[in-house]
Amino acid sequence: MGAGQDVGRSCILVSIAGKNVMLDCGMHMGFNDDRRFPDFSYITQNGRLTDFLDCVIISHFHLDHCGALPYFSEMVGYDGPIYMTHPTQAICPILLEDYRKIAVDKKGEANFFTSQMIKDCMKKVVAVHLHQTVQVDDELEIKAYYAGHVLGAAMFQIKVGSESVVYTGDYNMTPDRHLGAAWVDKCRPSLLISESTYATTIRDSKRCRERDFLKKVHETVERGGKVLIPVFALGRAQELCILLETFWERMNLKVPIYFSTGLTEKANHYYKLFITWTNQKIRKTFVQRNMFEFKHIKAFDRAFADNPGPMVVFATPGMLHAGQSLQIFRKWAGNEKNMVIMPGYCVQGTVGHKILSGQRKLEMEGRQVLEVKMQVEYMSFSAHADAKGIMQLVGQAEPDSVLLVHGEAKKMEFLRQKIEQEFRVSCYMPANGETVTLPTSPSIPVGISLGLLKREMAQGLLPEAKKLRLLHGTLIMKDSSFRLVSSEQALKELGLAEHQLRFTCRVHLQDTRKEQEMALRVYSHLKSTLQGHCVQHLPDGSVTVESILIQAAAHSEDPGTKVLLVSWTYQDEELGSFLTALLKKGLPQTPS
Amino acid sequence: MAAHLKKRVYEEFTKVVQQQEEVATKKLRLTKPSKSAALHVDLCKAACPADALQYLLQFARKPVEAESVEGVVRILLEHYYKETDPSVRLKIASLLGLLSKTAGFSPDCIIDDAINILQNEKSHQVLAQLLDTLLAIGTKLAENQAIQTRLVDVACKHLTDTSHGVRNKCLQLLGNLGSLEKSVTKDTEGLTARDVQKIIGDYFSDQDPRVRTAAIKAMLQLHERGLKLHQTVYNQACKLLSDDYEQVRSAAVQLIWVVSQLYPESIVPIPSSNEEIRLVDDAFGKICHMVSDGSWVVRVQAAKLLGSMEQVSSHFLEQTLDKKLMSDLRRKRTAHERAKELYSSGEFSSGRKWGDDAPKEEVDTGAVNLIESGACGAFVHGLEDEMYEVRIAAVEALCMLAQSSPAFAEKCLDFLVDMFNDEIEEVRLQSIHTMRKISNNITLREDQLDTVLAVLEDSSRDIREALHELLCCTNVSTKEGIHLALVELLKNLTKYPTDRDSIWKCLKFLGSRHPTLVLPLVPELLSTHPFFDTAEPDMDDPAYIAVLVLIFNAAKTCPTMPALFSDHTFRHYAYLRDSLSHLVPALRLPGRKLVSSALSPNIAPHEDPSQQFLQQSLERVYSLQHLDPQGAQELLEFTIRDLQRLGELQSELAGVADFSATYLRCQLLLIKALQEKLWNVAAPLYLKQSDLASAAAKQIMEETYKMEFMYSGVENKQVVIIHHMRLQAKALQLIVTARTTRGVDPLFGMCEKFLQEVDFFQRCFIADLPQLQDSFVDKLLDLMPRLMTSKPAEVVKILQTMLRQSAFLHLPLPEQIHKASATIIEPAGESDNPLRFTSGLVVALDVDATLEHVQDPQNTVKVQVLYPDGQAQMIHPKPADFRNPGPGRHRLITQVYLSHTAWTEPCQVEVRLLLAYSSTARIPKSPWIEGGEGPPQVDTSIEGAIPFSKPVKVYIMPKPARR
Repeated sequence: MGAGQDVGRSCILVSIAGKNVMLDCGMHMGFNDDRRFPDFSYITQNGRLTDFLDCVIISHFHLDHCGALPYFSEMVGYDGPIYMTHPTQAICPILLEDYRKIAVDKKGEANFFTSQMIKDCMKKVVAVHLHQTVQVDDELEIKAYYAGHVLGAAMFQIKVGSESVVYTGDYNMTPDRHLGAAWVDKCRPSLLISESTYATTIRDSKRCRERDFLKKVHETVERGGKVLIPVFALGRAQELCILLETFWERMNLKVPIYFSTGLTEKANHYYKLFITWTNQKIRKTFVQRNMFEFKHIKAFDRAFADNPGPMVVFATPGMLHAGQSLQIFRKWAGNEKNMVIMPGYCVQGTVGHKILSGQRKLEMEGRQVLEVKMQVEYMSFSAHADAKGIMQLVGQAEPDSVLLVHGEAKKMEFLRQKIEQEFRVSCYMPANGETVTLPTSPSIPVGISLGLLKREMAQGLLPEAKKLRLLHGTLIMKDSSFRLVSSEQALKELGLAEHQLRFTCRVHLQDTRKEQEMALRVYSHLKSTLQGHCVQHLPDGSVTVESILIQAAAHSEDPGTKVLLVSWTYQDEELGSFLTALLKKGLPQTPS
Repeated sequence: MAAHLKKRVYEEFTKVVQQQEEVATKKLRLTKPSKSAALHVDLCKAACPADALQYLLQFARKPVEAESVEGVVRILLEHYYKETDPSVRLKIASLLGLLSKTAGFSPDCIIDDAINILQNEKSHQVLAQLLDTLLAIGTKLAENQAIQTRLVDVACKHLTDTSHGVRNKCLQLLGNLGSLEKSVTKDTEGLTARDVQKIIGDYFSDQDPRVRTAAIKAMLQLHERGLKLHQTVYNQACKLLSDDYEQVRSAAVQLIWVVSQLYPESIVPIPSSNEEIRLVDDAFGKICHMVSDGSWVVRVQAAKLLGSMEQVSSHFLEQTLDKKLMSDLRRKRTAHERAKELYSSGEFSSGRKWGDDAPKEEVDTGAVNLIESGACGAFVHGLEDEMYEVRIAAVEALCMLAQSSPAFAEKCLDFLVDMFNDEIEEVRLQSIHTMRKISNNITLREDQLDTVLAVLEDSSRDIREALHELLCCTNVSTKEGIHLALVELLKNLTKYPTDRDSIWKCLKFLGSRHPTLVLPLVPELLSTHPFFDTAEPDMDDPAYIAVLVLIFNAAKTCPTMPALFSDHTFRHYAYLRDSLSHLVPALRLPGRKLVSSALSPNIAPHEDPSQQFLQQSLERVYSLQHLDPQGAQELLEFTIRDLQRLGELQSELAGVADFSATYLRCQLLLIKALQEKLWNVAAPLYLKQSDLASAAAKQIMEETYKMEFMYSGVENKQVVIIHHMRLQAKALQLIVTARTTRGVDPLFGMCEKFLQEVDFFQRCFIADLPQLQDSFVDKLLDLMPRLMTSKPAEVVKILQTMLRQSAFLHLPLPEQIHKASATIIEPAGESDNPLRFTSGLVVALDVDATLEHVQDPQNTVKVQVLYPDGQAQMIHPKPADFRNPGPGRHRLITQVYLSHTAWTEPCQVEVRLLLAYSSTARIPKSPWIEGGEGPPQVDTSIEGAIPFSKPVKVYIMPKPARR
């Protein structure tokens, strides 16, 4: 329904062994009409969604993964469980509320979800812990893995019986200053649904980037300039804050750093709380000091922008298209000592994009022309896995097949080829609305009675690991359960009488000797060839091998030919047929 | 009276005998049979398994002597056969293992029983324990080939057990006992010789991961015991690299490493192509791949092992730092490459434009190999890892590889420099140290130097100092680089004035390494002007001193430089040469007669003459065995003086000179003490005079402790002499006390103690006694039986004559001897401002000291604070407070907490460092300390500690608390 060969509006419907699970419920940032939300009529035409879907899973709090949630649950109508991690549960409503405010209050949209709806929607949420296996119902279970990317981002494993799907959401394989790397165990899912934002990119070491960033900021500040860093409220903002904070700490700098108030403050609060979701360093040191309790970073006030002297300011929004960041930018643009650092991508048409593409004179509203003298820097601090990271994750999970979402078609094509070539697994990249059907070969567990197992053990040698063994028994299928029991027990259970099935076979041998002698020769021959078996010569002239009876008789017509009568029961089929084949080859010519 | 005395003596005598060891052992031996019997009784009594278990547990707490082990084992085995409860059997089995480890007991007698019970055992746990016991027995009897073979057979038989525990133990047994000669004498053993490697190898594919791990470990064990592993193991191990369990993967990585070291040059094919590569390269690639494993334990393991694979070809090595970057399918250059290009094109980075790094060349989609690129980028990943353990391991590995390959060192420089910005201090420190270690191979580019220098502002002192050390041995390529470094260091100096010494030292080396680069900078640095005289800079400015240190050191090898100096520079040179002689070298200045370096040419001559001089003067002293006392004394005094002077002049010989001087001083004191007239004077008269003798005894004692513990490199033969000297001092002390004290009672105790010490000396140094011919002890021991029975007065008399007659022992000089010394850098003791604090509360005093030639400073070095009221406080610094910047050098940076009741006015406390010697560490050497010699040695220093630094005075003022 979304994110197929496309970035934004992540929404994927998975049917696995009769269970239906919806993964993420995002909005598209590029559209303002109906296309911004997924088309939920795909799921079912008639009947309520609650009846059709077993659960909904939200991977993390970015709006392109959870933006449509209140619309979906309250306006379309869904009452089933919604699973997400604790940090996501905490931060998600803040972002939704913010999004609603902009859409309704600023753009004046009607028919949008209300604050109450967000609250109601959040009531349906069930929070999960990392690596906690949650039983949605008797058969469906889900488990969350750490995904990096943003605080609380998780990958989910959805498992029904022996079939399973791993959905990555967005993830990052390289750890950064406040989050660890994504990790998944070797769970061998039937299908891995992975994002592929950077399908064709292999990134440089993050250290160069960090060092560059710090150096730039440091130099500007030492010159007495001001640094403006336009950011989005959550995610990268915290990363950069930590980066600067630790640097300031290390270098003993006194220059003030400011952070625009509002959303970020609230979010920072949650960052302080969910320490367990961060990386090793923060987890280990939070007892002495919580890294998110910034010592050098203070809340920003509008009046500070005119203060003399150097400073660093983080301001929202990230693309310099409106709001505080733009205001500050206008104030500072005229001084060549100042610097603006764009830490992320800018959409075409925004001020951010213009200055990045080198424009030095900007036309602002009201026909003003703003001359940009300040330095403009671009640094990419992205928290998505690059091509190598994706491959690494695929290698870690060892799936049977891979499905790529959340990326551009052309780039995905390249990655698809690579995955197929290197892991030799099938790889898909469906477009929106396209359904991929995957055949699986489920293994069916069969119960075996202890008696039978013990009997088998006693008969043969000890079981060898990973080697197939032949076993006689009866398979009983009853009430959708499978049991393997010994034949006697099966007969008894089913109330059937036992039938003896006996095979007999005649073997013609050219021999002129007497029957007795013949039998003796057969006996000695078999005795010598079948070492492991019990071969007996009975007084009445017949030979037995275990329970197989061999009798020698003269041919009624041709006295030169002797007939060997071999008879065995059905259970001894294997040995019996072997014996006949052996005897048919004839007896060795004994010199006597 | 006489009868009474005799009785006393007799009592003393018996007491001494009782403490001898034989009696004690006899006593123990008597109890032994009763112990095993008690166990037997206990076990029979035990009604339920729980009781029996309790008895066994109690039994296990007590040690069993070697002689009685066999009896105990028999009883245990007897019970084992009867016992039905598996837990009790398990305990018995484990006890058997413990007992068979007892020293002096040969377990071959129980091996049959052990194997026997093994065959009838059903419980898997007990089986595993029994195999463990067999392992203990087997390792004990490592020489017995027959038993080894037998045990291996037993192990092989139980390898098919269903329990993983049993299989584990079997594999362990095979790994530890599998015979080594198999590969050599294959045919002699014939059928019984099993191919242990093959058997273990079969279990690489066991279903239980624990067994797989045990199998790999067993294989590694075989390798450790010297068995050459087959190359086939390599392929098996490679398969295990993709195992599901981390412990298996971790062990497999180790195994691959081992094999790669065994067969580095053999050729292995690359799957899916026809090419072949060296095995070590292949293994390197595989281990590199494990650096991005899912489990960090494996990652650490892999990163560590990479460092020791030195035979790897450079082509592969360089790949580890290369991560092919691309963006939208186009090849991108790394930031490092861009930086390099910018640098070589001669233009400085002027702020990056967006799209500056825009990818240029198209990448051939088919050729890009995303994951199976072997070594590709392994270190890039390792250095970016989430866990700092991995990062540290990667840095260490880089260091080791770079040390062996200069080309690689050049390449990895960028990455190491990047690590200077790591979030964890430990990693930063490690990477700086690494850089220092490889600095011989590299020359820093200017942009790299820039990044390195940026770290100088770090607030952590360790980081800064490590960086200074690094700069000491870095090669800088341009004069701008030197200038940059100087500027940054001066900035550092203003920001952190405490770094002064470290920065000066750093500049000293920087100057002497790059004289030609400093030369063009001199006018600018000294701000001289061709026409005008400039103002004379302030001589006490640390920054100016820093600049001068750089210039003077550069001028040492650059004779043209002094021409650029102005007058005041020469004056400053003279001043600095005197005040900071360790930083400023002697210069050959034109027109000056080397004022300050007048000493150096005279003593500069080679080592040999002074060494000779030392030897000669010592020879002279030792040659006078029985000179007339007066002459001997004079000679000793002169020699001591000479030696001390020599020590001051020749730093290399300081240790030896001091050591011998101290010894001679002891001898001198002894002679002087014995020369006293007092010995003939009647008792009441010499109460006063005896001070000299007893003081001499005391001082000799102190000096001997110093000799023993303050010098590193003291060998046993010196220790004997030192102890001998101490014994003489004790004898002297005894004599003096005997003459001064009235009444005989206290003398008994002292005599007895002295005799004990003599006895102890004999026992400790029995091997060295022959070299003590004709000495005090030698004579003493001859008379020992007589002394034992004599009265104290008689003993004293004998001792006195012996002391006079005894010969002067020759002190052999050790090869390498260094005197432990310490300098307190901080507090400097110059401050006039008292440290004020509220009485009853504490104030933290930062102490910074360098220690030289101290062994094990964590345990021995203490800080002592002496308050004006005579109260002394000893502080034990934390082990983490000690840093080890170089061989033989340590640095102590710690905080000392001071507290006192209120004073009326500020006063000085003394802070000094003590070298504690523990009697437990060198048991045979100093039992006297515990014996409680009494007040003599415990006066200012705390028991068993020698002050070894100059005390520093700190001005403090505890204020009364305000109400």
